[in-house]
Amino acid sequence: MSFTSISFLLFLGILIVLYYALPKKIQWIVLLAASYVFYFFAGVKYFAFILFTTITTYLVTTYMDRNNKAKDAYMAEHKAEMSREEKKEYKQKVKKKNRLWFVITIAVNFGILFFCKLLLIEPFNTWAAGTPGISFLSIGLPMGMSFYMFQSMGYVIDVYREKAEALRNPFKVALFTAFFPQLVQGPISKFEQLKESLFSEHRFDRQAVAFGMQRMMWGFFKKMVIADRMAIAIGGLRATEQTGVAFFVMTIFYSIQLYADFSGGIDIAIGIGETLGIKMPENFIRPYFSMNIADYWRRWHITLNEWMKTYIFYPINVSGPMLKLSLKARAKIGRLGMRLPVYIGALLTWLGTGVWHGFNWKFIVWGLINCIVIVASEELSPVYDKFHNKTHLRDHKGYAVFQIIRTFLMMNLIRSTDLFENVGLYFKNIGSLCWNFNFHILTDGTLGKIGITTADYLIVLCGVIIMFIVSLIQEKTGKSVRENMQSIPRVVRYIILGAFLIIIIVFGYYGIGFESGNFIYGKI
Amino acid sequence: MEALLDILQGLHPEVDFSTCDTLIDGKILDSFDIVTIVAEVNAEYDVAIPAEEMIPENFNSASALWALIEKLMDE
Repeated sequence: MSFTSISFLLFLGILIVLYYALPKKIQWIVLLAASYVFYFFAGVKYFAFILFTTITTYLVTTYMDRNNKAKDAYMAEHKAEMSREEKKEYKQKVKKKNRLWFVITIAVNFGILFFCKLLLIEPFNTWAAGTPGISFLSIGLPMGMSFYMFQSMGYVIDVYREKAEALRNPFKVALFTAFFPQLVQGPISKFEQLKESLFSEHRFDRQAVAFGMQRMMWGFFKKMVIADRMAIAIGGLRATEQTGVAFFVMTIFYSIQLYADFSGGIDIAIGIGETLGIKMPENFIRPYFSMNIADYWRRWHITLNEWMKTYIFYPINVSGPMLKLSLKARAKIGRLGMRLPVYIGALLTWLGTGVWHGFNWKFIVWGLINCIVIVASEELSPVYDKFHNKTHLRDHKGYAVFQIIRTFLMMNLIRSTDLFENVGLYFKNIGSLCWNFNFHILTDGTLGKIGITTADYLIVLCGVIIMFIVSLIQEKTGKSVRENMQSIPRVVRYIILGAFLIIIIVFGYYGIGFESGNFIYGKI
Repeated sequence: MEALLDILQGLHPEVDFSTCDTLIDGKILDSFDIVTIVAEVNAEYDVAIPAEEMIPENFNSASALWALIEKLMDE
């Protein structure tokens, strides 16, 4: 059941009615039932996977929580008679007890994700396709696995670290794992971010429901009016010409498509949450306004990056071996040596992020390039500062615009690793920017023969302008357009929203044989 | 505390760490700075800040970070 299908809208309509009509105490149960119905539509065969993660998450978190609470109670009772060393020793004993099952749970769950991702590449894919019982895994990952797995394991780590209390009700763990809006492509919520609103009672709030629907509409607009048109153009261009100017055009098209597709899907997910009174974390903060690559990664796919930072990057850097390496490196090469473990941590984190996207060299290369650019700009920042202190370039308003355009173009190049199955072809096409000046493709009608018409280009152009204006308003006012529109008379507001809905219906890209619901990140 | 302020000042000489309490919220310290601080603190005070303590509240000001170091030294 795709977010952009009529059946989904019907499903959501029924859910909203039931959710607010039934007693508030059972709202979260209604949500769990709806989430499982949604998941059943994706395929019954995949259900065992999400159930396994739910059950193991429940068992290990309650086990660790029980141990932690017993420890706290014992220490409170024997506070006076225990020495500092005894307290430390006792804490470590409990931690060790928890660690065994914690490590097993994490290893088995990530092992399953690893195994399922492995089955999507050759030669394992062919083997899986021909093996009865698991052949369905050769087609694609169980729905939302990359997302729900990270969310659940984040919760397991939080309980292990005693940063969260475990849920005592297994069905609540089931809802936290399978909450349907985030199953398609995230966002990956931390337990602390979601628990408050997910399990509390919500009364019907007309404005919140209206805001949620408006946010969904904005997502439908991005996905159906802009992203789906660009997808066709990219496919057509790739089949026609992919070097030189065509490559450059393709990178621009892909940047438009990926942002409209991914952030549009997130808008729909967050909008669904808002209609139910549930607040999910933002995944994008106008990434194409970033001043540099590090800034970009603070604005793009925020929840995955936060996860990687909290659960991979920080633990690697503060681990015993890394701190020892840091001290040794400092003794040998001075303060710069202290940075060495930071860069090792960054490299491993970026490789992990690359692998999360799939077992493919293109994602490894993508992660490496991101890491190299961020580390290089970090190390070169004193040089930049000296340069800017001399030239005062930063004082000019135009320089900020230059930084934004530079970052956008750099990310276009890095991101376009996605477009090619073969890493060699990607580098060859980047190289072609220097030798193939085929500007003729812009005027000889090539761009008119790649699947979309002049009218489509105009629609995309208008859509991009609208996205830009909306982003600019958000950036300048710090508020959403929906909030800004509250000062407009209600009638005018309704006319604008009605017109917007008509635009989506008229200009949305759909039809027989066209599956609009295929979100790019839905396949990860 | 003096040594801690020196560590922080070494990373961002332009910031007044004795008064600033929005080091994370104000995006002054990034994740690279934080792990560098953890390594420097380890070298200076022989205190290992665990990953679970690497939360914004502990790094938003020099005094919050100092309180964390004191707590860890005490344990």
